[in-house]
Amino acid sequence: MSLHICSKEAMNVSKILVIDSEKCNGCRACEWACSLYKEKVINKSMIRIVKWPARGVEFPMVCVQCEVAVCEKVCPVGAIKRNEDIGALEVDKDACIGCKLCVYVCPFGGIYFDTEQRRVLKCEQCEGDPVCAKVCPTEALQYVEATRANMWKKRAAIERITELLQIVFHPG
Amino acid sequence: MVLEKRKIAYVDLSKKEVETKTIPLELRPLYLGGRGLSAYLLYNHVPPKTDPLSPHNVVLIGTGLLGAVTLQSGRTQVMSKSPETGITGDGNLGGFFGPELKFAGYEHLLITGKAEKPVYLWIHDGEIEFMDAAHLWGMDRIKTIETIRKDLGDPEIQVACVGPAAENLVRFANIMTDYKNSARTGTGCVMGSKNLKAIAVRGTMPVEVKFPDKLYEYISEFSDRIRNMKWARALSKWGTPLMIAPNNEMGALRTLNAQLNMLPDAKSIEADRLLEDYGLKMLGCYACVIHCRHRHYIKSGPYAGTYGEGPEYVTMGQLGPMIGITDLAAILKLGDVLNDLGIDASSFGTLAAWVTELFQRGIIDKEFTDGMELEWGNAEMYIELARKIAHREGKFADLIAEGGKIASMKIGKNSADYLWHVKWLPDSTTHDVRKLKGYALGLVTGTRGSDHLRSRPTLEMFSLPEDVLFEIYGGKISRDQTSYEGKERMVWWTMNILAIPDCLGICKFICKGFNNTHGLDYPEYSNLIYYATGLKISPSEIEKVGERVINLERLFNNREAGISRKDDKLPKRCFEPMPIGPTKGESIDPEKFNQMLDRYYELRGWDKKTGLPTKETLVRLNLANEPTHLL
Repeated sequence: MSLHICSKEAMNVSKILVIDSEKCNGCRACEWACSLYKEKVINKSMIRIVKWPARGVEFPMVCVQCEVAVCEKVCPVGAIKRNEDIGALEVDKDACIGCKLCVYVCPFGGIYFDTEQRRVLKCEQCEGDPVCAKVCPTEALQYVEATRANMWKKRAAIERITELLQIVFHPG
Repeated sequence: MVLEKRKIAYVDLSKKEVETKTIPLELRPLYLGGRGLSAYLLYNHVPPKTDPLSPHNVVLIGTGLLGAVTLQSGRTQVMSKSPETGITGDGNLGGFFGPELKFAGYEHLLITGKAEKPVYLWIHDGEIEFMDAAHLWGMDRIKTIETIRKDLGDPEIQVACVGPAAENLVRFANIMTDYKNSARTGTGCVMGSKNLKAIAVRGTMPVEVKFPDKLYEYISEFSDRIRNMKWARALSKWGTPLMIAPNNEMGALRTLNAQLNMLPDAKSIEADRLLEDYGLKMLGCYACVIHCRHRHYIKSGPYAGTYGEGPEYVTMGQLGPMIGITDLAAILKLGDVLNDLGIDASSFGTLAAWVTELFQRGIIDKEFTDGMELEWGNAEMYIELARKIAHREGKFADLIAEGGKIASMKIGKNSADYLWHVKWLPDSTTHDVRKLKGYALGLVTGTRGSDHLRSRPTLEMFSLPEDVLFEIYGGKISRDQTSYEGKERMVWWTMNILAIPDCLGICKFICKGFNNTHGLDYPEYSNLIYYATGLKISPSEIEKVGERVINLERLFNNREAGISRKDDKLPKRCFEPMPIGPTKGESIDPEKFNQMLDRYYELRGWDKKTGLPTKETLVRLNLANEPTHLL
């Protein structure tokens, strides 16, 4: 039925994980939730907060699910595929040969090599309900409609970081 | 196979040897981990009457049974025999050091001996190396940490280090990570005495969980409740400095070494000022959904460029009203200077206030202070004093660096009467306990000395209805703040439950009874422990763990320094009436206080005469045969 065009599945395809580092309190609860929920252990997270406390930096880094994904293109066995329901790129662990090409080429360090399973790991956005965003206490991570991820807000955040870096490096 | 993999490393700095063992399962139901295990190890491994600065003393670092595994689990317990007090000494480190240590394969460290030359430990993925620290000696925390990260080529390394104060054996030197510290009782000084500049850790190993799905689901169920507690929401916005205003309005903010009990106007140091004028962002420790820590930056004025974290309510009080400073920027600056030097701000504030009053009263003079004019509110002077203490520059600063016990004996003339301390640990907060009798009892019963984080029945301040009090504490308690009735039960209950987060490696702010009535209670701790580790331990057994740890620490204090009933005494000024404000005239009645102490000992199962555990109590708590040397 035509009404199904607005079904949850269809809506999710347009959702993205938005990061606002200005709001990030650096606590790594996202890492805790990701690792426990997805990998069933602690300290195997696919999201990591890059921190530099002396310079006032807390920046959550995670796969940004590129629309033109270099990892997907470079994979020799086609193990990285897009989940059409939610738009996230997923790794088929049975197909993955552990060549790590995707690790090398990702411009954001979004893919990890799991030394236990000898396969790569990446954020697959938890079947459309990412736990990192659910646990984040400050809404530094939000899973929202792409159209609502206002660019101006990101810009403002980056400007404030730049200002902060200035004052830390050049006090007065 | 979760707990079977948890390891302790014995590090001998004299021999440069490391031995790794599994933490025996039989100790878990008795001590859990963290502070509990450290209390056991302290009692078992420190030879009786050991000089705290000798190689035989230990530095125990415990990440706790649930450290890194649940939400709010970034707390790490550091324990030694304290060089400041000569009894149980410990501090609690927030941040990310503990979880990283667990990721590197160790739940607990026992460091003993003394390195021939300055060293630091490099702990990574199951290996421990002794590294030369000659080039780090003399450096402050940030330089030390950044240098180690650069030397080892990994910016993700977490470091716990000491500053110049510990190198110079200042007895109240702390241990610092980037901006968080294990402040109290001089555990940093013990590191300094061992020529141990720092411990650097990096771990990429996974930590196993017994029932991951259940654990995740269970925590998800209560995390919103925790986050939405009034106390937690207030902390998220203002941090602990939110306590300054209510304490002052109540007339219970020690000012000028408790000569006064409030400021006429505390507006300049209230939490809003910190937030609006100097706050950049709120920060959290590992997996924290509350985030109570301010990142501050001073843009202009004499302290422009000051950048750091904090202060907490404690530091704001001790470095503020206690020494007459009401300029918030100066308080921030002094706090950061102390962190760079590696000095415990609580001890410094109380000691600085003490010597300033001695100076004011003419008990000491300029000749004694090496020409220093000790003047209330003079921030520059206190910054200079801090620097001199850290470097033991001049005979006066050198004496203060020895702590209140030694300094007051040297000064003599009843000088100790003016020092706000219990068992020689200068008080941790600036709350004046003369009105709230439970707070006062909490002050004398803390096992590391004067304390607010072990034994303060914080709910007393809220004057809750008596049926609510009955439900929480299991006995009749007066809701009147000035009453002595039932307050012993409040303190007893609070001390027991607050020991549990210390054993688990989680944050006290989410524990029931700490400024909240909806935090984690024994049944929830029991479930968390089961889902995370598979260890079945009932709520009542967990309550007994708290009792056991407190009793063992008391036994240690008695063994080392003869601590008994005679030492459970309040600072002398507590028996004088509060001079001003809404609490004017309030003081502690010695007789009623002693009766309350009697009732407290009764609840503990301690002999009323000696204040020590009876034989039956030791048997009930499986302590009759200590030391048992199981680890």
